Amino acid sequence: MITLNLNGKDHELDVPDDMPLLWAIRDVVGYSGTKFGCGMGLCGACTIHIDGQAMRSCITPVGQAVGKAVTTIDALHGDPVGQAVQQAWLDVGVAQCGYCQGGQIMSATALLKGNRNPDDAQIEAAMAGNICRCGTYNRIKSAIHSAAGKLEAKA
Amino acid sequence: MSTLPMDDFAVANLSRRGFLKGLGVTAGALVIAANWGWRDAFAEEKKSYGADGMPNGWRDDPKVFLSIAADGVVTFVCSRSEMGQGVRTSLAMVVADELEADWAFMRVIQAPGDEQRFGNQDTDGSRSMRHWYEPMRRCGAAARAMLEQAAANRWQIPVGECQAREHRVVHQPSGRSLGFGELAEAASQLDVPPRDSLKLKSPEQFRFIGKESTRAIDGADIVNGRAVYGLDPRFEGMLYAVVARPPVYGGKVVRYDDSATLKVPGVVKVIEIAGSPLPSEYQPLGGVAVVARNTWAAIKGREALKVEWNDGPNAAYESRAYRDSLSKAAHAPGKVVRDLGNVQAVFDQASQVLEAEYYIPHLAQAPMEPPVATAIVNDGTCEVWAPTQAPQVTRERLADRLGIPFDKVTVNVTLLGGGFGRKSKPDFVIEAALLAKEFPGTHLRVQWTREDDLHCSYFHTVSVEYLRAALGKEGRPEAWLHRSVAPSISALFGPDPKHESPIELGMGVLNLPFAIPNLRLENPEAAAHTRVGWFRSVSNIPHAFAIQSFIAELAASAGVDHKAYLLQLLGPDRKIDPRSLGDEWNHGESPELYPIDTARLRGVIEKATQEAGWGKKQEKGRGLGLAVHYSFVTYVAAVLDVEVKDDGALLVHRATIAVDCGPQINPERIRSQMEGACVMGIGNAALGEISFANGRVQQDNLHMFEVARMPLAPKDIAVHLVRPAGEVPLGGVGEPGVPPIAPALCNAIFNATGKRIRDLPIRAQLKDWRSA
Repeated sequence: MITLNLNGKDHELDVPDDMPLLWAIRDVVGYSGTKFGCGMGLCGACTIHIDGQAMRSCITPVGQAVGKAVTTIDALHGDPVGQAVQQAWLDVGVAQCGYCQGGQIMSATALLKGNRNPDDAQIEAAMAGNICRCGTYNRIKSAIHSAAGKLEAKA
Repeated sequence: MSTLPMDDFAVANLSRRGFLKGLGVTAGALVIAANWGWRDAFAEEKKSYGADGMPNGWRDDPKVFLSIAADGVVTFVCSRSEMGQGVRTSLAMVVADELEADWAFMRVIQAPGDEQRFGNQDTDGSRSMRHWYEPMRRCGAAARAMLEQAAANRWQIPVGECQAREHRVVHQPSGRSLGFGELAEAASQLDVPPRDSLKLKSPEQFRFIGKESTRAIDGADIVNGRAVYGLDPRFEGMLYAVVARPPVYGGKVVRYDDSATLKVPGVVKVIEIAGSPLPSEYQPLGGVAVVARNTWAAIKGREALKVEWNDGPNAAYESRAYRDSLSKAAHAPGKVVRDLGNVQAVFDQASQVLEAEYYIPHLAQAPMEPPVATAIVNDGTCEVWAPTQAPQVTRERLADRLGIPFDKVTVNVTLLGGGFGRKSKPDFVIEAALLAKEFPGTHLRVQWTREDDLHCSYFHTVSVEYLRAALGKEGRPEAWLHRSVAPSISALFGPDPKHESPIELGMGVLNLPFAIPNLRLENPEAAAHTRVGWFRSVSNIPHAFAIQSFIAELAASAGVDHKAYLLQLLGPDRKIDPRSLGDEWNHGESPELYPIDTARLRGVIEKATQEAGWGKKQEKGRGLGLAVHYSFVTYVAAVLDVEVKDDGALLVHRATIAVDCGPQINPERIRSQMEGACVMGIGNAALGEISFANGRVQQDNLHMFEVARMPLAPKDIAVHLVRPAGEVPLGGVGEPGVPPIAPALCNAIFNATGKRIRDLPIRAQLKDWRSA
């Protein structure tokens, strides 16, 4: 049995250590906001936070998350930075199909936690691992700036 | 169904609310044989166009599409699939506007596949808004009239004194009013008023149509991870499967060894799926499925599986050799599809003849959500949850393949995590049902991995386009020869015609609108060796790339400014009947209602160039590139401002897009679709390639089939919505933004570097441009 602390709650999971967190979260626990896109850490659709760091859950074995706090998009609204990012996404009208956007928001939130005022180049560097096939990149950039501005005003 | 909010699937419950009565599946099997998006476009009897010409046409009955609850909540049933084009929001805007509803009370649920009830549901061809705008306006207006009538009955006054306004019906003289929720029950008892009695709003009365303020209906669900896509419906005790498919199109399982697979913890069963004879249409490719308790166990089980394949007739498919064969075909005469004047005579005497050959490889749609579907089969019924662009077609194929009546099949449509044409083909849904049949009463999901998606897609065609022109006075083309060589989507559905269908040729080749006196269009043979299918914008992509690049080459060779040259080639403003160009298809639209209007082409060219600062001087290494294309009855011009770094890396500073799609219903979505199309178009051109060796796709995942990431997107995308003069009908939006991008990019690269890109993808072709 593996104890996984997910979205603030401990879950006892009967899964092999090497099962990627993505499938443990989706198939075993049942949170569905984290998406499968590539299985190789190439697209970012499965991005989650482990102790606040953005990680690709499709290549992170569940065993590696033991003793750490795992957060998914499903519970991000409880985080003030996450909430600001989500709101900015709505204000800017980022999403098209929306499938990748949970992962984009998780990456953007992690970025803003480490850098409250990223410039375009820093945003590109932080977000280059998240693919959006609908091509919403410019709006993602705008939304990150907008969230940064709102967080700055609040601080 | 356990942990998820499944409102989107609670359709049956609707019959208890307000208007909507008994939303069940229709009786009787309706199985249409050659049922594809363009299916009857060339039926001899064809007289109807637009929505009338689609299978099962359109509906506008508010009792089908709307319900209003006692608390005033309006539930709209969206019959078109949502894949990011915003159709759930845009159609809801149209209905809400005519209904005089308060947007805060609007809810949208998704219709299951049922075209008898909902009209055509094939979500492709950029036609949801142009086919459904008018019916949905009438739908909203009819419901409004019923609410007004219900109020008039209640107050015992003439209906003419009652007016719906912002979710209430108001009696002006007395100031009385009743909320929609209070009137819904009584209104639902009334007959739907006849169409000719409906009073549609005039444009100045619109509150949502054409306005910017409406928020996406699914926005909050998306940012909170609550939106339900194909891989999200969750059921107690469900099973998960992945399938080892033949690596070559037409391949078969010879034998397999599942002994190691069955030892993987969580694996439940290994099942062979029968393939289909070629061409396989929408049927699964066959293979060996591993069914497990979770997706990971299924994936591990498949890794342990040993399968021996017979590769079949396409085992030798090799992209480099195939390209040579296309090229060879392009340099010899082929089937003539349009012939004007005497091209050969002009070429024989011309002093200046230019020729060029352009190549675009196969592409994969690679929606971020790979194909996935969940099914349950029990007691002669089948229910599926699938991200499908074609719910009715899916339902027909399921009934057919399972051998059960059509009315015993339910197709629930989830949100699509991208579609781009891939999810018009229900092979993956059929797989889920075939496997679920082995576990009666248990839900089973088939999950495609990214490798599966890239190896077994329905690929964008591969093409060589050969162009030749004789330049006369002022460098203008006196003669124009275009040979387009590409395997056809038609090869999926019957014997390979080895020629592009009139529909594919109608995407930019036949309907070339330029004033050139001698013109010859040919289509030499090309055989298909893989599943060729729709990819966003379809054959417009290679055709626009070749034609718009070639025109820039001619202009450069004539020493004339590209924009001036293009406008001159366009000739005087005129409306061209596409039939006069040999294009009987015209994207399915009436040639009278939708002529090719060269003034609108000129309009977008002028707008894009003006906004982009066309003509400004730029230093070496930076250039502007222009292209224009008419597709899906919409006009789009693009100017890209591109810097080519010393190492050949591309930096797209700015994209300026001008689009004329006729009336603009949801301007916000038009802009976002154009932005996305621009990014996808740049990705296609710079990076996109699916290639084959030994019949097998060589790209395994997104590090090998590369798509645009943020750094490749233009630093700025400015979309200008051009309003046409006079009354014109709606054009498409989802697809027409893509075709002009690749040629605009390559024209910009030429202006920046002097290097002409004729083979896509661009990839490393520019790395030595400084020293060249």
